[in-house]
Amino acid sequence: MTTTHLELTGVDIEFPTPKGSFKALDNVNLKIKKGEYISLIGHSGCGKSTVLNIVAGLYQATKGGVLLDGKEVNEPGPERAVVFQNHSLLPWLTAYENVELAVKQVFKGKKSKAEMKEWIEHNLELVHMTHAMHKRPDEISGGMKQRVGIARALAMEPKVLLMDEPFGALDALTRAHLQDSLMEIQNELNNTVIMITHDVDEAVLLSDRIVMMTNGPEATVGEILEIDLPRPRNRIELADDPQYNHYRAAVLSFLYEKQRKPEESDAAAKPAKKEKLARNLQNDTTEETTGAVSTAETTTGNDKVKAA
Amino acid sequence: MSQSSTNLFSPVLAIFQSENPGASLLGFFKQLIMPVIGILVFLLIWDIGAKNIHTSLGTFPGPVQVYEQTLGLIDEHQAERQKEQAFYERQEQRNAKKLAKNPDAKVKIRPYTGKPTFFDQIGTSLITVLSGFVLASLIAIPAGIMIGLNQPLYSALNPLIQLFKPVSPLAWLPLVTMVVSALYVSKDPMFAKSFVTSLVTVSLCCLWPTLLNTAVGVSGISKDLQNVSQVLRLSFMTHVVKIVLPSSIPMMFTGLRLSLGIAWMVLIAAEMLAQNPGLGKFVWDEFQNGSSNSLGRIMVAVLVIGLIGFMLDRVMLQIQKKVSWDKTAVLR
Ligand SMILES: Nc1ncnc2c1ncn2[C@@H]1O[C@H](COP(=O)(O)OP(=O)(O)OP(=O)(O)O)[C@@H](O)[C@H]1O
Ligand SMILES: [Mg+2]
Repeated sequence: MTTTHLELTGVDIEFPTPKGSFKALDNVNLKIKKGEYISLIGHSGCGKSTVLNIVAGLYQATKGGVLLDGKEVNEPGPERAVVFQNHSLLPWLTAYENVELAVKQVFKGKKSKAEMKEWIEHNLELVHMTHAMHKRPDEISGGMKQRVGIARALAMEPKVLLMDEPFGALDALTRAHLQDSLMEIQNELNNTVIMITHDVDEAVLLSDRIVMMTNGPEATVGEILEIDLPRPRNRIELADDPQYNHYRAAVLSFLYEKQRKPEESDAAAKPAKKEKLARNLQNDTTEETTGAVSTAETTTGNDKVKAA
Repeated sequence: MSQSSTNLFSPVLAIFQSENPGASLLGFFKQLIMPVIGILVFLLIWDIGAKNIHTSLGTFPGPVQVYEQTLGLIDEHQAERQKEQAFYERQEQRNAKKLAKNPDAKVKIRPYTGKPTFFDQIGTSLITVLSGFVLASLIAIPAGIMIGLNQPLYSALNPLIQLFKPVSPLAWLPLVTMVVSALYVSKDPMFAKSFVTSLVTVSLCCLWPTLLNTAVGVSGISKDLQNVSQVLRLSFMTHVVKIVLPSSIPMMFTGLRLSLGIAWMVLIAAEMLAQNPGLGKFVWDEFQNGSSNSLGRIMVAVLVIGLIGFMLDRVMLQIQKKVSWDKTAVLR
């Protein structure tokens, strides 16, 4: 379990653009263990999707590379299933048929027809989509589409599950609901997961480790935060958990203090309250290494972040 | 295709589908009133205009003359059919007598070779246009898919497509005629040479819209779906069948409908020029004939050509609705 399962080593990528080449990623290094749940977080445009696409094999690194179980990744394949941001279901197929397409592709010759049917239905059951499995994507809601997308990826029994903002387009309630479903499924299957997110709560709630990326261009891994919270996790209980809030503050500090968006740092006149908050957050992160955090400090920090 | 004519039929359907016939009857008249006014005004202007145009073959036919000529053409057709039947009956009687005298006698039935009527010509034209269209589609759809999937191939073929696309059928016709008579030589030809010539000309001209639209549709497949296909490692055939074809169906049908419209127009011109059997030849023959009825009969042909073109497009629309996966899309 402790051996490296997926490894990114010195990954650079340059995109050719009309104005010359654009270096989006610079020396990205990451080691992921089997069964680990990793979140990638960072400002928009920093290169999260690019990292994911490189792992998926959809993009090729200019320098460095990706090893999965010691084998180099250089093309897409079903052992690295992707859940796309906008579901990417085939609109002319029903939920069942969408999953079926993937299952047929992966288990051709390995499962009988009846076994495949059972497997498809099992995976749709996992995401609670049994009731609408014969509906087409335009007949189901956004959250349901995302569920089917997840079922499709799970049904491929991938070594690594890659998710690009799987809940980004959903409302808060649906998102919370799907996060809970995902945690349940993850408890059962213990997949290796890389998930991109913009949502700090989502990252802390779901992950074993949060990988925070610096701003682009030439983005790279800034900090990695280990989330040592017992599972199964419950969002309501965690809301008052000092440890949870401490992690949350650490991520916020990275995003809004250390990796402030350029346009934000340009704003010359900053309110004093914000300065103070920033200092507060900084304290949290430094203390994070020592492990001891006072409850009062983090909760106030947290409240102020909400207010800001 | 004209939109008013589409709406002309929809209210009729609405009545049958409605649960409240009284209310929809009112809606029916409301919807119908503008198209009817349009047609009446057209008939009026036509009538007045026609009376004031004097040609060497008499005054230009108005609506009334055209109606009379239509009846005349129907009578002619029925008379011809009766003649044909009588011809075959006579032969059968003769053969029966022969066999009665000598059971070993060889009997045969000669085919009837009367002059094709207006309705025979319509049939010929329809068969030709559909054959040419099907042939063109069988070439254009696979070719369009290949070109759409393969950017270098597209770059290589695009100049040629752009060059041949605007060529008028009349320019192709002499070449096609010569090539067909040179290459299509067999003692017992399955199809008449004239049929093959018309068919090839029609195909050559109506190939392009389907080819180009299919190619554009195929190359416009969303990046997400292409990624899905890559992640699943779909084989080329599965990729085409499951992803390429369904997502390019709307563009493909836009092309097919344009193609069928062009095919129909081209066919009439080709028949006229090449004297190949069909509606075009009917028009030309009437023009050469130059009787006092000729202009009226040509006018009947003009209206029938328009009507058939319209119906062909409606048929394509129905097929499109049938195969389209997106039943919510508004198609017209
Ligand atoms: N195919 C491409 N060609 C050129 N530039 C690209 C390409 N893909 C991404 N980029 C650039 O690389 C950078 C990172 O893009 P990426 O999509 O990975 O960002 P992201 O972190 O996923 O952003 P978001 O959170 O908004 O999805 C951006 O500046 C983008 O413009
Ligand atoms: Mg992205």
